[in-house]
Amino acid sequence: MLQPTSNDFVANSTGALANEPLQEALGVLRTQSIPNRARAAAALPEFEALRDRARDLKNHILGHLDQYLLQFEEQVHKSGGHVHWCADAETARKKVLEICRTANARTVTKGKTMIGEEIGINDYLAENGIEPVETDLGEYIIQLRHETPSHIIGPALHVTKKQVEETFRKSHTDLDAGRSLEEPAALMAEARAKMRDRFLEADVGITGANFLIADTGSTVIVTNEGNGDLTQTLPKIHIVLASIEKAVPTAEDAMTLLRVLPRSATGQELSVYVTFSTGPRRETDPDGPKEFHVVLLDNGRSAYLGTPMQEMLRCIRCGACMDHCPVYHAVGGHAYGWVYPGPIGALLTPALLGVEKAEPLPHASTLCGRCESVCPVRIPIPKLLRYWREEEFSRAITPSVQRSGLGFWAFFAKHPRLYRIGARWASRVLRWKAGGKGRFRSLPLAGGWTTHRDLPAPQGRTFQDQWRDRKAS
Amino acid sequence: MSSDRDRMLATIRAGVSRSATRDVPKPTPVIPKRGQVQGRALVDLFRVQAEAASATVTEVATAADIPAAVADYLRSRNLPPRLRLAPDARIGNLDWKSQPMLETSSGYSDGTDLASVTPVLAGVAETGTLVVHSGAATPNTLHFLPETHIAVVYRDELVGTYEEAWANLRAQHGGDLTDGAMPRTVSLVTGPSRSADIGKILLMGAHGPKRLHIVLVDAPRPA
Repeated sequence: MLQPTSNDFVANSTGALANEPLQEALGVLRTQSIPNRARAAAALPEFEALRDRARDLKNHILGHLDQYLLQFEEQVHKSGGHVHWCADAETARKKVLEICRTANARTVTKGKTMIGEEIGINDYLAENGIEPVETDLGEYIIQLRHETPSHIIGPALHVTKKQVEETFRKSHTDLDAGRSLEEPAALMAEARAKMRDRFLEADVGITGANFLIADTGSTVIVTNEGNGDLTQTLPKIHIVLASIEKAVPTAEDAMTLLRVLPRSATGQELSVYVTFSTGPRRETDPDGPKEFHVVLLDNGRSAYLGTPMQEMLRCIRCGACMDHCPVYHAVGGHAYGWVYPGPIGALLTPALLGVEKAEPLPHASTLCGRCESVCPVRIPIPKLLRYWREEEFSRAITPSVQRSGLGFWAFFAKHPRLYRIGARWASRVLRWKAGGKGRFRSLPLAGGWTTHRDLPAPQGRTFQDQWRDRKAS
Repeated sequence: MSSDRDRMLATIRAGVSRSATRDVPKPTPVIPKRGQVQGRALVDLFRVQAEAASATVTEVATAADIPAAVADYLRSRNLPPRLRLAPDARIGNLDWKSQPMLETSSGYSDGTDLASVTPVLAGVAETGTLVVHSGAATPNTLHFLPETHIAVVYRDELVGTYEEAWANLRAQHGGDLTDGAMPRTVSLVTGPSRSADIGKILLMGAHGPKRLHIVLVDAPRPA
């Protein structure tokens, strides 16, 4: 299982800032991800109203989660499938292995599943002699590179085209070394050809689930490549890995979420394939798996119901928060050190691992609010990040330098007269020090900032002084 | 020792009982106005949206014109004239022999078929989406394995919104999709397979069909 390095966020970020291919790869967030979402949102007049409905629907579901999960379970049974309730990652891993063993599975194809990452299913299956084969192109690329996803919908976002070519040349040694892989299409054709036989020979197919439909017992996957559908249609057994908050009352209700999910994620009107799977192959079906299993994972989520953090469980994993986050833009996903990166990761990682294992993440944000402004289910991410910060402070998890810094600031904040005098003095000194340039190329104790960009110097009088003058005039 | 199921349900129930959202009612849906159109406007919207998603569309007047339209499509793309047909009356009953160049066979795909022809449950104009489902007459492998997927949509299978497509499927099952009435898979398909996982460059034909061609028939679905 992936060992979290979230507590090394600062060191991870320093490495990320100096990583040139990564910085090149991250450029697409500004040039593509942000404009794509903006275009899709603008093209649908009801988009903002749909976001409200999506938020309300998820709130309703979380307030009735027991009822919808029980209905889902009953309906899966009635359509011939099985539901396995798993309180933690260890139980879920064991259950998946047990099912694979009943089929004497040698290879398992996998559609993209973040729950699979969360429970570390690939390493566990491999340790137990079963080969996991990632079929999503991005997941396949990072599996060959022995890396983890850096984005929840574009797992290989951090890899440049040139690096994909290098990876394929190193891994596909059976192919002609002189072949041309200049064109991206050639790389994709090679991956498609490599994957074909794997799809057809796999004993078990594992997918995730974007939604679990309570009234029909269906699980839903949303993909663009078609790999998820081949993964679940061709093998003898289909295993779905899903977490509890994915329940949705009906297929029609799922459409409310599906009207905001792809638009927020990739800017598509709808992803290419949205598939509702219900039970194993029917008696008259000519194709499809003979068994259908849902591994239903809690892993600590249920404890947040009825708490201020319940709101994070509305997340439908579109990735818009990271696409729009200035911190994510600068350091990418791996710096966050676990499965879920970006703003939503800064909420989920402390929740699922414990704040003490992810202390820096709630601080890995300027609280600028862009994430909340694009979240399709309107999760108040900055508010919840502050909640984690308070939690860390009250439990004395915050490092002592920061604690004393905060204490220092709090003293002045509580003494407005001293604060004004201090601010005036500091502003004058900085202006004088900066000379005529108005900015610093380097500054003692601020190297973390000035190595990568200039620090603007105060340009005039303090905010409070200007405010008082304007009010007076 | 209590089971994981009991423990999970106990924590969930405790959370739900103190949750601020336990009285939040299920919201009424917002259905985009865009799809609430009829007649020619419905056909036009479907076409525009499907083409925007990189599918191709041809319109024919009657069911008898379908085999020629399919043959033309394959020829125009330089594709081999071999087809795997869904064993469904809407496809199987067509006069494929009228196109002597075409080689046809029927049934599910083992992965060697280059092109398939299938019916659909619905075409949704809102986003140019096809709704297909698995079943004896519509093997799921035909929707995903071949390089070219050709889908036939009859005039009365075109609907404006997803909700209408679900209503049609529910109606086929006496209004009720519970207790195993759902087909094993119901898929909403919008354009051909694609991926942007290589350097964020969007390319068609990742693992599913590289081409999606839609034949719109200006005639009601055969009884």
